[in-house]
Amino acid sequence: MTETTEKVAGVEVGERRISIPGFTEEGENLANSTNAAAEHSHGGVGETAKPLTAGSGSRGNRHTGYELAGFPEPTGREEEWRFTPLKKLAGVLSDAPTANAGTEDEPVDYQVTENVDGLVVSTLRDGQAPRGSVLQPADRAAVVAYKNTEQALYLKVTEGTELAEPVRVDITGKQAGARANSHIVLEAEPNAKAVFVLEHRGSADFNGNVEVKLGQGADLTVISLQRWNDDAVHAGQHDAEVGQDASYKHIAVSLGGSVVRLNANFRYSGEGAEAEMYGLYFADSGQHIEHRTFVDHNTPRNTSNVLYKGALQGETARTVWIGDVLIRAAAEGTDSYEKNQNLVLTDGARADSVPNLEIETGLIEGAGHASSTGRFDENHLFYLMARGIPEKIARQLVVRGFLNEIIQKIGVPSIEESLQEDLEAELEIHGN
Amino acid sequence: MSTLEIKDLHVSIETEQGTKDILKGVSLTINSGEIHAIMGPNGSGKSTLAATIAGHPRYEVTSGSITLDGEDVLEMEVDERAQAGLFLAMQYPVEVPGVTMTNFLRTAKTAIDGEAPKLRTWAKEVKEAMAKLRIDADFANRNVNEGFSGGEKKRVEILQLELFKPKFAVLDETDSGLDIDALRVVSEGVNRAHDENNMGTLLITHYTRILNYIKPDYVHVFVDGKVAEQGGAELADELEANGYDRFLGAAAAA
Repeated sequence: MTETTEKVAGVEVGERRISIPGFTEEGENLANSTNAAAEHSHGGVGETAKPLTAGSGSRGNRHTGYELAGFPEPTGREEEWRFTPLKKLAGVLSDAPTANAGTEDEPVDYQVTENVDGLVVSTLRDGQAPRGSVLQPADRAAVVAYKNTEQALYLKVTEGTELAEPVRVDITGKQAGARANSHIVLEAEPNAKAVFVLEHRGSADFNGNVEVKLGQGADLTVISLQRWNDDAVHAGQHDAEVGQDASYKHIAVSLGGSVVRLNANFRYSGEGAEAEMYGLYFADSGQHIEHRTFVDHNTPRNTSNVLYKGALQGETARTVWIGDVLIRAAAEGTDSYEKNQNLVLTDGARADSVPNLEIETGLIEGAGHASSTGRFDENHLFYLMARGIPEKIARQLVVRGFLNEIIQKIGVPSIEESLQEDLEAELEIHGN
Repeated sequence: MSTLEIKDLHVSIETEQGTKDILKGVSLTINSGEIHAIMGPNGSGKSTLAATIAGHPRYEVTSGSITLDGEDVLEMEVDERAQAGLFLAMQYPVEVPGVTMTNFLRTAKTAIDGEAPKLRTWAKEVKEAMAKLRIDADFANRNVNEGFSGGEKKRVEILQLELFKPKFAVLDETDSGLDIDALRVVSEGVNRAHDENNMGTLLITHYTRILNYIKPDYVHVFVDGKVAEQGGAELADELEANGYDRFLGAAAAA
């Protein structure tokens, strides 16, 4: 695979560092004309108390809110929907309640780890903090899920608690085509440390929001596993707010489902934090797997890193990755990087990869992005086969090796092992 | 006793300018235990011969044959050639991200031998072979060739040569990019494989320096896709003194 170097304002960007024309160390030469849109307040992810200045096309100006009226039915021409098969997603875009809500026939079952010291499990109505303090719906799917979830599941790790074992939320769909809305609030109080695993299996039209709040010095990993059956549909918005000196890691693994569209976003509430988003996806024929990430550097001196890797096999396999990074004027000292790599294993598959980087201050440590989509590298194959390794095994080694970088980030051995097995099975499907 | 026999080999590649003939009738016979050096100026087809023996898909054999103890090598897939006992130490070893050396070596050894090596003795064997080639033990956990220096990549090629114990090895400019210490370490590895396994060796090189450490029985000079002259080790000394000029002049005149 060849790494295609992206350009920022016409200047080649290196692997890790960039220089930006017009940006001096003082940042006084910023292109004011392009960023001179009227000051206004808006309710986006990354909303801060003070009015923001950004160009009209800025990611920071994307509409967010709690009112359905603000989000008309998408037509497919909108920037945020233009890659998505809307017909297949219709089941989660309507303003509909969960099917058979409140009965035993609800289409989705939730099993939650309970009875752990330092873990508080409860529910939140709309308006009950911290629900809604972090996540503001940014598209129609998110707003209809928000509105139609009466009680949000709320998991809180209390101050200073370090949980030895991952906290699991097993989300199992029981009926293909049946609508399920969900809202989950995860909170790590100051200096708490935990791993949350959201594992999605079975079949449903699942529309699930997740909001994550990290207090000062908290260390939280959220692993969202999409291991749906082939007839499942999943839309979701996962928003996090990362506190001062906190560490946040979000990992999305999407293997199953007919359509999966996940928006994973974070912003900061202080300085000195590190936040990362990792993604792994494997699309077969007939699958549409879409991940959108938005890193909002709204406060100074924070670090972010985004890495999504995907493999595609089969004629109609389809993946989309849109990676937005916004470094606001206030976010001096930011160090940010994002990368997406796709490995196309067969003819006919299509991977879209769009990194977007907006920088409103020159006073940053670094900002870089990269994207590459390549076919299987025949040189890898030749090298391994020249050592006696049969083609089939050589291909498996290379694909597993490519995706391993993400699996190694998970840090939960049982999940890492079971994902290795799943990938093995994915590769077998196509006889690779 | 095995024999690798190359007869009247013609090889071409497809380029943007059309088909280009690289090898124009090469014949060589290498027996077990023999060391053959192939020397020649840039572009004479030395590396093409190496890649063709290994089965790289870019090179098309238009006529001639390669046989290993009478078996048609050209009919074999790339992996089958390695399993049959051929090894190519590459000029530019490929980085394979995400595949650890440990996993790679075990997988390859299993494929070549047709059975998995015994876990305990294998680990020890790998460790000892690495130590002899002065490869740091933590390379076992690193990905194949990823981030290795040029010299480290070459040592790892020879590590494989020692572990896989091929009947015949083709060393494609293994000496290029090596400092004098690394050259000695790598040469010792080749000599060990030669002595212990009675390996036949085809040593492709641009310079005579490596021949101070690995003594060839035969030297072949490649010019313009053909063997222009053959001789013993003394031919290398003559090349060291006079260079390739007299061959290039002859090729240009022809």
